[in-house]
Amino acid sequence: MQPDTTDLQQLADDAVALVAERGRAVAGDATVEGIVRATRTRLGVTRFANSFVHQHVGEDTTEVELVVAVDGRTASTSTTRTTAEELGELLDAALASALEQPVDPHWPGATPPAEVVGASRFDAETAEADPTARAELVRAFVDAGAGLDAAGYVDTDASWVAIATTAGQRAAGASTRATVDGIHQTPTSAGSAHQTSTRLGDLDGARAGTIAAGLARDAADFDDLDPGTFEVVLGPEAVATLLTFFAVYGFNAKMHLEGASFVELGAQQLDPSLTILDDPEDPRAVGLPFDAEGSPRRPLTLVDQGVSAALAHDRRTALRAGATTTGAAIPGGESIGAVPLNVRLLGGNRSREELIGGVERGLLITELNYVRVLEPKTQQATGLTRNGTFLIEDGAVTRAVGNLRFTESFLEALAPGRVRGVGADDRLADGEFGPGMVTCPSLHLAAFTFTGGARG
Amino acid sequence: MFEHAARAVEAALAAGAAYADARVVIGRSERLDAQDGELQAARSSVDAGVGVRALVGSSWGFAATSALGDDAAAARAGAEATATAKASALVPGRGLELADVPVVEDSYETPHAENPFAVPLEEKVGVVVGATQTMRAVPGVAVATAQLLFWDVEKWFVSSQGHRIHQHLVESGCGMDATAVGEHETQRRSYPQSFGHVETAGYEMVREADLPGNAQRVAEEAVQLLSADPCPAGELDLILESSQLALQIHESVGHAVELDRILGWEAAFAGTSFLDLSQLGSLRYGSELMTITADATIPRALSTFGYDDEGTPAQRVDIVREGTWVGVLSGRDSAHLAGVEPGGMVRGDGFNRMPMVRMTNVGLEPGEGTLEDIVADTKHGVEMRTNRSWSIDDKRLNFQFGCELGWEIRDGKRTRMVRNPTYTGITPQFWSRLDRLAGRDEWRPWGVPNCGKGQPMQVGHTGHPAAPARFRGVRIGVGG
Repeated sequence: MQPDTTDLQQLADDAVALVAERGRAVAGDATVEGIVRATRTRLGVTRFANSFVHQHVGEDTTEVELVVAVDGRTASTSTTRTTAEELGELLDAALASALEQPVDPHWPGATPPAEVVGASRFDAETAEADPTARAELVRAFVDAGAGLDAAGYVDTDASWVAIATTAGQRAAGASTRATVDGIHQTPTSAGSAHQTSTRLGDLDGARAGTIAAGLARDAADFDDLDPGTFEVVLGPEAVATLLTFFAVYGFNAKMHLEGASFVELGAQQLDPSLTILDDPEDPRAVGLPFDAEGSPRRPLTLVDQGVSAALAHDRRTALRAGATTTGAAIPGGESIGAVPLNVRLLGGNRSREELIGGVERGLLITELNYVRVLEPKTQQATGLTRNGTFLIEDGAVTRAVGNLRFTESFLEALAPGRVRGVGADDRLADGEFGPGMVTCPSLHLAAFTFTGGARG
Repeated sequence: MFEHAARAVEAALAAGAAYADARVVIGRSERLDAQDGELQAARSSVDAGVGVRALVGSSWGFAATSALGDDAAAARAGAEATATAKASALVPGRGLELADVPVVEDSYETPHAENPFAVPLEEKVGVVVGATQTMRAVPGVAVATAQLLFWDVEKWFVSSQGHRIHQHLVESGCGMDATAVGEHETQRRSYPQSFGHVETAGYEMVREADLPGNAQRVAEEAVQLLSADPCPAGELDLILESSQLALQIHESVGHAVELDRILGWEAAFAGTSFLDLSQLGSLRYGSELMTITADATIPRALSTFGYDDEGTPAQRVDIVREGTWVGVLSGRDSAHLAGVEPGGMVRGDGFNRMPMVRMTNVGLEPGEGTLEDIVADTKHGVEMRTNRSWSIDDKRLNFQFGCELGWEIRDGKRTRMVRNPTYTGITPQFWSRLDRLAGRDEWRPWGVPNCGKGQPMQVGHTGHPAAPARFRGVRIGVGG
């Protein structure tokens, strides 16, 4: 299986030609524009629970998404029915819909030609992976925790995307991702491990299973801790969850334009030890070098040594703000806004042991779970710890504790002076909302507020 | 389309499946979003394809293709589903069997008065644009949004046991919210509830919801919240209006009684449940006022249909009866494993997602009286309206909810509006404190259109009928 996108590019080009042809027929002399995005997805997921594979799924789907504008009146549509006849019918309906809309004041026009220089990261082995290849990784994960109860998934995801616009932009590429994400459980505890890469061959099921099993065994005999404010060492998965919220609610230019983002450009809002990028050029980055509008994705420094430095823009928000797109358009961005998809918190120089060694009395937290923002501007959020929570005393992990509920402002948790150490263990860390979006290390924070124990 | 699905099933069986079923699904959706008096997006979609499920030993295999109408592609998907299930033998478990259900040939259509796709676009645009214009005109409102959402789904289900079921499901929804931005925080009010309200109904539900008629009030409340006092903290009586109670039911009852979670099938992602099947029939879930049913036959509720995606008829199942846990949400495989009757609760999100246990209309049976009666009978408490945030642990035991608006109640009267109201609790302890429940006149079939579960993620549409209720001595006002 190859990263060849010739067929999809032809599909996108044909659809763009159809936009012009049908547009003339439906809208006469009106200015008709269009953005076409053709995607083929080949996804395989092998799920396991109670230490055996129970659900094993695969799909191969082709979809065309169309944005059309008639004299600035816009409509969007998508379909998995992609013959010329079916696309023609859909396009006619979209054009008719657009004609009935009021003028879209934020329509930036169809994406103009812009060179896409970044490379797609595509691995043929990952794209071709069959169910047995995934099941073998599951086998290794399960076997690494003898006597424990394993659950999780291994997946392989390949996408081929081609974009064409009536303004002349053409972009195409293919990407792959593979993830092993699982837990081992004792009757009283669970431990987790995650690995994500653009290459299935990078995944090590046995190593992931060993980590998860170790955490589960270490956490099996635990005491509940009274809630309060503690120093914490957050593992990469926990940090990834914080960064995901920053990306969606903070660095999103639409949220900023509407006054709901915490970001104050030029202000020292985070600790000077923190530099956050949107970095599609990181060799570990998952995804394509162009965004949903077909614009090249640009590396962007969002936070420079704690100073809020930039926002993620698509062409809509860029028009509103008088800025330039950063290539952060996502499907549905008219409503959601622009989101950085390769968030990267630069790693530091502390080993995990050194981070723990710097804690007088605090908590080591593997993951956060079911986190929801109570207030976007302050980033006040609540959620729980999961899959391994441990007490640190005098620089050493002393015992496991029960899961805790936190209620904390993520902005305050990372504020100047609140970050006591940045780990050197930066990697693709799968936060609560899916794999492949965040690369980050562990962090030692001065204070994190817990408001209850998971058991009451 | 039945024949197309049958090709997939035949191929799965020929490849060695013990059982197979297939769904041809053609789903249409339309969504209109307006913001600040302007139409923000008009989106439509057509998702069509065939998904086939094959059972071999202890594992399901599932394959889907969007090449609808291509019998050879359907057959390839069937064979692939079986091959995928067979690959699972590398990590095998105990063999799965299916509980018996009636084998039927039937059809079902959502009763609806007005096809939402046939309503002129101009009229629909007018509703959302007009509502946001009204909200945005209120001084202090920074952002006003409104949405209309419509789904029209046709499914053809064929099983190797002989099912042939055609369904045509129609869903309509609407919602709006106003956000006021202060120096340090934002405040939001939504209507009819957060994230929009959806029903199995036609455009008539949009007319009845009357977004334009409620826009002024919603916007004014958002602005008032910016200067409202903070919610008091302490152990107080909590009154929940019905849409927040619906989400409370969803999170702390609906998910907890999903049999796949109880059996550990969702442990790694969604989590498990604090419930153990050995407690079924004896565990005290709540007070005697607590009677919960899962009923897929309630008119207009969001999870009302004719058959689930395994061909099991829609039905009403008792979940909690007068405070005692008596039932679960199940499918044919999980029901057989647990030794219970299959409840017809297995559904997939489109043709390309494997059906799994999903809530139907999991609701709290009504009591007597009204919300005003409950307020008048409360000495000191907080009434909370409309969800703003929700979080619950992986066993569905420890929850924390935030609401958009609160009213402090003293001596039977609403004395002041309070902002950022939150409450927290432990599921069975919380439900044991239910002591007042309003009657059927205030019982509404709320819908949750954004329930995430499964890998790959599936978005489910669930229903939660509820009336306002009071809980005694709840921990209110959880701060950071």
